[in-house]
Amino acid sequence: MSVVVGYVPTREGETALDHAVREARSRGVRLVVVNTSRGDALVDERYADDEQLAALGSTLADTGVDHEVVHTIRGRDASEEILSVARERRAELVVIGLRRRSPVGKLLLGSTAQRVLLDAPCPVLAVKP
Amino acid sequence: MDVWSSLLDGFATAATPANLLYALVGVLLGTAVGVLPGLGPAMTVALLLPVTFALEPASAFIMFAGIYYGGMYGGSTTSILLNTPGESSSVVTAIEGHKMAKAGRAAQALATAAIGSFIAGTIGTVLLVVFAPVVVKFAVSLGNPSYFAIMVLSLLAVTAVLGTSRLRGFCALGLGLTVGLVGADPVTGQQRLTFGLPLLVDGIDIVVVAVAIFAVGEALWVAAHLRRTAAHVIPVGQPWMGREDWKRSWWPWLRGTAYGFPFGALPAGGAEIPTFLSYVTEKRLSKRPEEFGHGAIEGVAGPEAANNASAAGTLVPMLSLGLPTNATAAVMLAAFTQYGIQPGPLLFDREPQLVWALIASLFIGNLLLLLINLPLAPAWAKLLQIPRPYLYAGIVFFATLGAYSVNLQAFDLGILLVLGLLGFLMRRYGLPILPLILGVILGPRLEKQLRTSLQLSDGHVSGLFTEPVAIVVYVIVAVVLLWPLARRLVRRTPAAGVGAVEEREKVEAR
Repeated sequence: MSVVVGYVPTREGETALDHAVREARSRGVRLVVVNTSRGDALVDERYADDEQLAALGSTLADTGVDHEVVHTIRGRDASEEILSVARERRAELVVIGLRRRSPVGKLLLGSTAQRVLLDAPCPVLAVKP
Repeated sequence: MDVWSSLLDGFATAATPANLLYALVGVLLGTAVGVLPGLGPAMTVALLLPVTFALEPASAFIMFAGIYYGGMYGGSTTSILLNTPGESSSVVTAIEGHKMAKAGRAAQALATAAIGSFIAGTIGTVLLVVFAPVVVKFAVSLGNPSYFAIMVLSLLAVTAVLGTSRLRGFCALGLGLTVGLVGADPVTGQQRLTFGLPLLVDGIDIVVVAVAIFAVGEALWVAAHLRRTAAHVIPVGQPWMGREDWKRSWWPWLRGTAYGFPFGALPAGGAEIPTFLSYVTEKRLSKRPEEFGHGAIEGVAGPEAANNASAAGTLVPMLSLGLPTNATAAVMLAAFTQYGIQPGPLLFDREPQLVWALIASLFIGNLLLLLINLPLAPAWAKLLQIPRPYLYAGIVFFATLGAYSVNLQAFDLGILLVLGLLGFLMRRYGLPILPLILGVILGPRLEKQLRTSLQLSDGHVSGLFTEPVAIVVYVIVAVVLLWPLARRLVRRTPAAGVGAVEEREKVEAR
């Protein structure tokens, strides 16, 4: 069993990570951090670079929770990646960060959070910064 | 004084609100495609050709010129912030520019690139104003045989000098000339390479060829080779330069301009060679050679000035002789033909308003580019976050729309696909694109000059050698063609000499 968290190097991502660490600690299970990109644009600021990855690693080590970082580019959407990791690791909880979106923004862009909420095999904790 | 008053007239045309708007659209589009690697000004102008049929020729060319100059500016942004050159002419900029950005001096690198481009572009355009009429004066005295010889030289120079393999270059040129042959013979009306298809009798439209090779070919290539990566853009503040940066940039800017302009004007120059030469020169002349390789500002200032000056230089043969020296100029030349304007030395006489408006718009475009690039470079870098499948889907859509709208023939879509596949295969097997495009565009005009010369001489081949200019040009052609052979012989001669000496020693020893 595990807690899976979708992580991006932003304020929303950090908030989600905080809550996920707390949940994993209280449940006494492993924490799986997913950071991914579809990789079809030249630049993706949501995909952690080496520096941010090192910072993430040391943050996680400080918490003392049993953890694992999934950092992949496989051409899949973030939601697909989070859900497949959640199924593989038999997640009992998925944690995601929500960001504020304008009505037009919601109309134009598909929401990763929405897809995770609808398709997750387990309860989902959605947090706001 | 005549030239300057014509230029002022040009400014009057280019500065009307509508034309200023087209210039702005041009520089915005140009910067955008310059920032995005894989998309270039040649492809953009090709895609816009069908769209601009409804415009006044002057407005369309003002927009195209903006795209051309804009591409040169935009390429440097990607080079500096991402270490991926946005254009082939900013490959060298990435060497020092990205190192500067990593050292926290991205703002200064972007500033020296933008200001250097502005200065070089402006000086280059002034040189264009000065030199183009001189070249025209020389060119109108040329007869058909000389003209034919100069066209042959420019085709050969582009094919043999640029690129890694002469054989591949000539293959591409052959393909281009063949595509240019399709259709009815201009003199006898005989059908050539039409395979009995009546729709091919009018020839293959140059717009369809350009769109297929540049847009469809590139889209197929990217679809087949989509590398999955996700990099980060280095953050920048507002571009600014300290006193020291200005002092270190001035001379590289001017020297870069001096390299770029003549190379742009030469048939085989292009923008890549002068940027490289400028980089090497700055490295040699620098008081701080140890900084090169770790982010020397001279290494950004010089090459960026060189590539913009070469863009201005390219326009000299294009406007005065009707000879394109790079892909964008070739497509712009195709646009002239689309409007029914005959490119060549008479262009200045017949279409003075168009030519001078175009030249004046270069000054305006340069200023606009400085204004939109200096403070907005980080915003342009945001374009790199667009997923490429969306981008190329849009390009293929526009390519299809454009190819269909030229003649409203579904048949053209078939040609688009076939030639797009050819473009893909050429990229796959390393055949350069430029000789093909030049072959398609210059081929029919080359043929016309040849036929006219031969008609004048009653079919005698000697008619091709009647003018002194033609003979000089053929000598240069021979040198260009025989150069690799000669170099091999020169290299062998000392070896042969040694062999001879040994022979003699053997004889004497006996």
